[in-house]
Amino acid sequence: MLFTKDKPLEEILESLGEEKKIFLLACNGCAEVCETGGEQGLLTMKAELEKAGKTLTGQLNVDFLCNKVLVATRLNREMEKIEAADSILVLTCGIGVQVVSKVINKVVHPSANTVSVGGLQGLWASDERCQACGDCALDFTGGICPITFCAKSLLNGACGGTQEGKCEVDSEKDCGWQLIYERLEKIGRLENLKKFHKARDHSKMFPSKDLRETSFYDIEK
Amino acid sequence: MKLTERFKEGKFVITCEVGPPKGIEVEKVIDELEPLRSKIDAFNVTDLQSSVLRVGSMATCRLLKEKDFEPIMQLTCRDRNRLSLQSDVLSAAVLGIENLLCLTGDHPQLGDHPEAMPVFDLDSVQLLSAVKGLMNGKDMAGNDLEGQPPQFAIGATVNPGADLLEPQIIKMEKKIEAGAEFFQTQAVYEVDKFANFCKKVKHLKAPVMAGIVLLKSPGMAKFMNANVAGVHVPDAIINELAGAGKEKRVEKSLEISARLIKELKDSCQGIHIMALGWERHVAAVLEMAGL
Repeated sequence: MLFTKDKPLEEILESLGEEKKIFLLACNGCAEVCETGGEQGLLTMKAELEKAGKTLTGQLNVDFLCNKVLVATRLNREMEKIEAADSILVLTCGIGVQVVSKVINKVVHPSANTVSVGGLQGLWASDERCQACGDCALDFTGGICPITFCAKSLLNGACGGTQEGKCEVDSEKDCGWQLIYERLEKIGRLENLKKFHKARDHSKMFPSKDLRETSFYDIEK
Repeated sequence: MKLTERFKEGKFVITCEVGPPKGIEVEKVIDELEPLRSKIDAFNVTDLQSSVLRVGSMATCRLLKEKDFEPIMQLTCRDRNRLSLQSDVLSAAVLGIENLLCLTGDHPQLGDHPEAMPVFDLDSVQLLSAVKGLMNGKDMAGNDLEGQPPQFAIGATVNPGADLLEPQIIKMEKKIEAGAEFFQTQAVYEVDKFANFCKKVKHLKAPVMAGIVLLKSPGMAKFMNANVAGVHVPDAIINELAGAGKEKRVEKSLEISARLIKELKDSCQGIHIMALGWERHVAAVLEMAGL
């Protein structure tokens, strides 16, 4: 589940600029749940655009704008209306916008900012929880990720900024390393703290060539 | 001279923090240190302290060196990746800097450029290990350095007042394992707590220098209690300072610091004074403390 938030209307209108004829495309997936897309999002945006003097050449809701094949099929049926438009305003996440821009040769504008890759229904791709660092340390840290729970992604223990168990960056946020310490104490694995972790290999964050070349991964394929 | 040489001589080592200015008038800051020349073994130059943009540590260290002061270059992981950090370590050696203090560094969100990208490619332990590697003629990627490798005395930090002492000590052990040869601490006001800490780390045989922050006002003490991790100024000290009244406050503050130094002296191998703009008073504090 990708979490999105509407961009300010002024920003959207500014990005549309002189373009008068707009095709409106909204996602019924995550964006509907976030109220940035779906039927309601589309109607709200339609009203705003018309108020701003824009003309809609057409509008469409698609279940999952991240599903490239589905998007291509659905947009194909609306091709006349899309062709008549100066641009497409897409009410969805960053992935959906990239998919639309890939399947159709038209200017696309995002209406939302993607704030998290979120998680739902067993699928949790969130980079707040997992940055897909390619070198998982959870085994040593009691299942609490030091990359995402520590503001500095430290691997060898807390920095000097922990105060009353909270992070120096945000007094309402738990210090990840304190959580790790408490967890390791609980499971009797405090000796894990003594392990020296070498500096991260950031090249591991890049997906392998095999993965990059599959159609599951690659929007371009 | 390497600070480690001083410890080997059995000297009670005294260091003092120097914060480069926000602007290019470094001379003013250095001139203030003149009265401390004979009293201080080395000067720690901070690396964008509190994540606030200032003149850099390396340039200031070099200027200190040119005036025959002994600098300790502080190096944090906040702003540079491993390429840049290692390069700066080599550059420091080229400029004649012989002492390094390796720290994680404050998060940029605490400073005056909160929008900046936090780097933290390395943490303090990894940085210590990288410096040690360079001293052995190898970079982090395992490549050989050409010619003579750099040599430094490498310091690190520890917080004896941390809420949880055990992980502090474990990390201190890791720092020693990685290459740390001496430690400077966060400000200390609780003598017993500090003595207890020193007892617990005695077996590590690494010199520990107690941090001394000159208290400018009761308000500053309360602020530190609320905002500085692992620092606790007891009420007795705050009341003592408040009771002195405004006109006698400086005198009282120096008296408190001098007393702390005397009380801490037997538990540790040195002190590290953070005067935070009160460098002009440091000589008096040391004199009152009998140093």
